[in-house]
Amino acid sequence: MFEIKGLSVNYGGIEAVRDISLSVPEGAIVTLIGANGAGKSTTLRTIAGLVKPRAGKIEFMGEDITGKDPAYIVGKGITLVPEGRRIFPDLTVLENLKIGAYLRQDSIEEDIEWVYSLFPRLRERSWQYGGTLSGGEQQMLAVGRALMSKPKLMMMDEPSLGLAPLVVKDIFSIIEKINKEGVTILLIEQNANMALKIADIGYVMETGQITLSGKGSDLISDEGVRKAYLGG
Amino acid sequence: MDRERRNHLIRLFAAIAIVYGLVAVLEFTLRPTSIVFTVLRKGAIYSLVAVSMNLLNGFTGLFSLGQAGFMLLGAYTYAILTMPTSVKESERVYKYYDALVRFDTGVVVGLIAAGLVAALFAFLIGLPVLRLKSDYLAIATLGFAEIIRAVCQWDVLGPITNGANLLREFKDLSRITLPFSDIPFPPTLFVFIVVGICILLIVLLINSTYGRAFKAIRDDETAAEAMGINLFRHKELSFVISSFFAGVSGALLAMFQYTVQAQQFRTVLTYEILLIVVIGGIGSISGSCIASFLYIALSEWWLRGLDMGTFLGIHAPDLFRSGFRRLVFSVIIMVIVLFFSRGIMGDKELSFERMRSWVSGRIRRKEGAR
Repeated sequence: MFEIKGLSVNYGGIEAVRDISLSVPEGAIVTLIGANGAGKSTTLRTIAGLVKPRAGKIEFMGEDITGKDPAYIVGKGITLVPEGRRIFPDLTVLENLKIGAYLRQDSIEEDIEWVYSLFPRLRERSWQYGGTLSGGEQQMLAVGRALMSKPKLMMMDEPSLGLAPLVVKDIFSIIEKINKEGVTILLIEQNANMALKIADIGYVMETGQITLSGKGSDLISDEGVRKAYLGG
Repeated sequence: MDRERRNHLIRLFAAIAIVYGLVAVLEFTLRPTSIVFTVLRKGAIYSLVAVSMNLLNGFTGLFSLGQAGFMLLGAYTYAILTMPTSVKESERVYKYYDALVRFDTGVVVGLIAAGLVAALFAFLIGLPVLRLKSDYLAIATLGFAEIIRAVCQWDVLGPITNGANLLREFKDLSRITLPFSDIPFPPTLFVFIVVGICILLIVLLINSTYGRAFKAIRDDETAAEAMGINLFRHKELSFVISSFFAGVSGALLAMFQYTVQAQQFRTVLTYEILLIVVIGGIGSISGSCIASFLYIALSEWWLRGLDMGTFLGIHAPDLFRSGFRRLVFSVIIMVIVLFFSRGIMGDKELSFERMRSWVSGRIRRKEGAR
């Protein structure tokens, strides 16, 4: 469904991503793990069209989307839940959700209901400003906002960042639930343990390159991965 | 929810109708030269340009300082278009040049054209300038306004702009009539109607999907882009629309002042507007309106005595002389900025619910103090 072939990206003067290839089958949860500065975020930002690649090809549903505008890519059904949530603090929860559906021409009432049913907390907070929500609620809002574009592929950049362990657990169970409803997921995480547990396929990234890939359950028991990312 | 919303709208329109009714009553009872009319007219005109600046600075997060330039374009466009052809052909206005524009239009066409010309320039300037960020955008737009002012006074453009000389005898506030008749239109009511329509349009825009996208860009550009909002197109749209209304307000200012000259549109004008926006609250439409009436009332009316020798019954011609008003005014502004650092309204809007809770809060606090 989604393929990256030989992607290289220069970002901030350095070669942040070097010749990586990965593929995401339809309906799967794929995770990309790695340390800080490995190039994970840059990869996602490039797919979303926020950064232009130097070389390589990005294909989605058989179409070449390399170097297209973010608006085009969102329109095609790829959406990004950015790192650090980045919800709109001075818009209400409902307005945040509506911005997520910005490019859609059809009726969005049903999807607002869907998001509210996934996150009942957001319904209660519907008229509150985004900036007044707690960290966990903001993450829910960021996910809800991304879902409003009716994505086929949802990319998530470190959804567990800065959240309490219990809240992280909630977020991950929601990710699995969303996946079961037919949304393919590409997840990058530093919390490798959590990510690999729910992932069908995992990729390990180091200094801009993919060094290891395999089934999530295989990687979790891999000696090297355990040492490097899972704390022994 | 819906009923509440409808009631809210009904009350809002009732309040607006009362304001317009009051203006009409004043218009037929007070002396036409009363200072109240100066304050109301100028206050309304400044409200419009402040709201248009707020659309850009407060709702889209673009810090632009080109307002005076767009007002100038509007004022000149309006004056040149609505000046009767007979005046243009005589030597009363165009003394040193042969007027190039040899036709004239009505008031409404003139006002719309004023907005369109300002909007056209904004579109062209926006193409390179809107790729700049924050301070650089402010510098570039400020520079543009100065360039426009200089170009307007250029000899070569004399046949159009009358060079550095005044434009007058166009359809100013004393010359407007009711449609298809010779009955004069109540001037203050006219200003209020035009400003009211324009601000209503801006409010509708802010509450539309476009407005929401503007606010998203203001809050977080990267996130907005990731949601599929085309940053440049929306910034350009906001800039063009804001300039359109700045152009209309420039035309109204020309009508109010009876004359147009490039010298009237200096950077100080932009700073005045910016001050009003900041005092009213960045991101609040009603704040901008309240602040602009307050600002004009203070500077044109209430503090006048400070320049004339007698203030609040105190006669002290040595202290209260020309220039003292500016000093007091600056102190007042500092106090406002210190104690209302987010402006009078913050980014909230004036509403009955807010007023009611404010009043009841006051009463409760007083009772608590007892």
